[in-house]
Amino acid sequence: MSRTAHRLIGPEEPLWAPHHPEADPVSMHTLGFWLYMMSDALIFAALFAAYAVLDHPYNAAGGPQIRDVVHPAGAFIQTIILFTSVFTYSLSMVGLKAGNRAFVIGGLLAAVVFGAAFLGLELRDFARLFAEGATPDRSGLLSIFFVLVAAHGVHMVFGILWMLVMMVQVAVKGFTTAVVTRLLNLRIFWMFQASIWVCIFVFVYLNGAYR
Amino acid sequence: MLVHLQGAWTPWLGRLTLSQIPYNSPIVLGAFVFALLMAVPIVALFTYYRRWGYLIREWITTLDHKKIGVMYIIIGLVMLLRGFIDGVMIRTQQLLADGPRSAAHLQAVHGYLPPFHFDQIYSSHGTIMIIFAVTVVLTGFQNIIVPLQIGARDMAFPYLNAVSLWLTAAGAALVMISLFVGDFSHAGWVGIIPLTELPYSPGVGVDYWDWALQLSSLGTTLGALNLITTIVMMRAPGMRWFRMPFFTWATLSTQTIGLTAFPVLGVALALLSCDRYLGTHFYTAGLGGNLMLYTDLFWIWGHPEVYFIILPAWGIMSEVIPTFSEKALFGYTVMVAATLSIAGLSWAVWLHHFFTMGAGPGVNLVFSVSTMLVGIPTGVKVFNWSLTLYRGRLRFETPMLWAIGALFLLLVGGLTGMMLAIPAINYTVHNSVFVVAHFHTMFLVSVFGIFAGLMYWFPKVFGFRLDEHSGRRFFTFFSLGTVFVFAAMYILGLMGMTRRLDYLYDPHWQPLLIIQEFGIFLYCVSVFYFCKMIYVSIRDRAKEAHGQDVWQTSRTLEWMTQTPVPFYNFAVIPVVHGRDAWAMRRDSGLTATSPDQYEDIHLPNNTIVPALLGGLAFGFGFGMVWRIWWLAGFSLLGIIGLVILRSFADDKGFTLKAAMVRRMERNHEDTGIMTDHISPPVAELMLFQ
Repeated sequence: MSRTAHRLIGPEEPLWAPHHPEADPVSMHTLGFWLYMMSDALIFAALFAAYAVLDHPYNAAGGPQIRDVVHPAGAFIQTIILFTSVFTYSLSMVGLKAGNRAFVIGGLLAAVVFGAAFLGLELRDFARLFAEGATPDRSGLLSIFFVLVAAHGVHMVFGILWMLVMMVQVAVKGFTTAVVTRLLNLRIFWMFQASIWVCIFVFVYLNGAYR
Repeated sequence: MLVHLQGAWTPWLGRLTLSQIPYNSPIVLGAFVFALLMAVPIVALFTYYRRWGYLIREWITTLDHKKIGVMYIIIGLVMLLRGFIDGVMIRTQQLLADGPRSAAHLQAVHGYLPPFHFDQIYSSHGTIMIIFAVTVVLTGFQNIIVPLQIGARDMAFPYLNAVSLWLTAAGAALVMISLFVGDFSHAGWVGIIPLTELPYSPGVGVDYWDWALQLSSLGTTLGALNLITTIVMMRAPGMRWFRMPFFTWATLSTQTIGLTAFPVLGVALALLSCDRYLGTHFYTAGLGGNLMLYTDLFWIWGHPEVYFIILPAWGIMSEVIPTFSEKALFGYTVMVAATLSIAGLSWAVWLHHFFTMGAGPGVNLVFSVSTMLVGIPTGVKVFNWSLTLYRGRLRFETPMLWAIGALFLLLVGGLTGMMLAIPAINYTVHNSVFVVAHFHTMFLVSVFGIFAGLMYWFPKVFGFRLDEHSGRRFFTFFSLGTVFVFAAMYILGLMGMTRRLDYLYDPHWQPLLIIQEFGIFLYCVSVFYFCKMIYVSIRDRAKEAHGQDVWQTSRTLEWMTQTPVPFYNFAVIPVVHGRDAWAMRRDSGLTATSPDQYEDIHLPNNTIVPALLGGLAFGFGFGMVWRIWWLAGFSLLGIIGLVILRSFADDKGFTLKAAMVRRMERNHEDTGIMTDHISPPVAELMLFQ
């Protein structure tokens, strides 16, 4: 028997918690997803750090400088389109509150269309740069420019894929706990991608063009 | 975009040709025979006793955090043995290849390993020991123990937990297969840049290292968010933050580090992959690359990883020392603060791995001071453990021996760490084996912690104790081996011997190298006693069988569950009244009480999907290493498709009726045997019924 450094449990105190409610699945998944987003944020933090290191005329290795490759006007249009996509996603959340399946699916569809338009513009931008000979293997600076922007683009692709899956699930399953949880987490994911784009727009496109 | 490689490449097999299998190397052949000798009897036994179905239904498909933890530990121990054999080979090569007159064996000019092979061995030794042995075993402990300690029935995300396990297993499998197909990285476990770049390492070795790390670090990140959510959301009623068992606090700090550090490793490696596959210039020596970018990113992960490894071991010590001192942990609150501040400081010290980079006195000063700051909370911990021992009723059973051993090692490792934190000293001993001896001492604190945990919790998980007699011999030989190898290594470092040498030029080092080899011999003896301990314990398991609380003085909730722990952990969730909940119940005379009413228990069904995902991840990694694009592509599509498919499945889960729970629990009280042969069915099998 160990020496007691603590009080003893009285006879009237409950020892067991039968039917103790399990943790609410929605809040548990939301916390888990926020933690996942934190790890994702660190991926981008590391990429931005790498950009800060490699964003130097020296790292252009005699090739194009950052101001030669970024076009903030085009990126501004992309920004507007992406924000519209986030806005339509938020509208579908209004539909979720009303429990209206068609409303939710419509909002998601609009978000997918605008997201795809964003990606289309990005790909067109990349194609133009490739045609000009500004490819990722030209210099360290272009490497990080392409990889940083493409890392965001890959996230967008997975977000769109996720939305397509959710449109089917809303149609087939309706608003089950799992489906609602996924819709709420996808909202976090989608808004996060928009905030990352804001950082890319400011630090890469604006800062790059007007320096 | 894709880098054009010299050498053979075919669409079906990529770079893989028959000549990539090193059947002409006697050492690799020996390793292959050894692996066969280990694997064939296991496969034969499973087939003979017709246990494959059991293995798949109860283990491969399980979502039970305890079984997942056990599998983590088994993988970790197998990798520990592999890493140990690498260590033996390194030491033996250096002993044989000392001085210009040293003898030559096999294909080597000095010693018995040619330089390229030797380089692979120290690279795989480091990678395996850090990423696939110590990290994996400790993750296993956290998986098993944390839900039990906080009074939960499972992890927050049981399915994700299994995915983490199988991703780690896929990474470990990549490392293992690199032994027999192709070769492993020769650029050190840190991936010395620009040696890892394609022009200097055109083979597949670096790719193996890269993808193995990438897969397992993904598993670790997912595991981290799972454990954090579990601790935050699933504590039993009454378990407030400052009533949590200390190991749980250690896990929370550790996994916070894991969640924030491993993504940075992912980026560091992904950029390297871009360089190697797409021809970008992140880390190249020319065309605007930056070598130090890699080194910084790697150590921004690398140093937190060090604490990711050491904090759980300290958590184990903080459970073992109070139990065998028969008193509460001294200074619990301060201990928690110390753990959290070590976790916080872990992000602020990475540059001390390359003081000699020449960042200037200002930068070096900042990182020198921040490194020394780590000494304060660590010192607090050492004093708290010592004061827990002070006037305790000490019982030197095997877990306690390992914990005390770790305490002594921590003193040596910590003080040499303080020496290395001083840039002036660091400049003189940089890259010497003094540094190697320092971090091995620290890792051995972890390893001692692991063995303390293994001896301590083994009876909880399996229901019988490990053999004390051979356990003591294991401890004795292991500790003596540590002293001989690393005391000599510290001295060699101060004599100027540098790291990673396949040939030593100074014959004066010979006596110390012989002492080291003697230490290695003692380690080998300790491995024998480890195996004997396992064998004797399993043979005499009926004699050594124990009830729920084998040590009689343990303090935390995991000792309240039945032994072996049923898959639902707690028949009824307990109410926690204070810190050291189990000790409180024992002192109040409440150990024998059982709940007066039982309830239905609801848990998820087993599923094969996580194991399939692991298999596909392995296929993806293997395809990328050998540039077999169709394999990598199909595996990636398979992973995405499987995840989507699974998201459509409605798993209703498995419900164990209250009457059944009562029968299982009461039967256990009468007979002392837990009927553990009820576990959730496999979801995919139910589709066919």
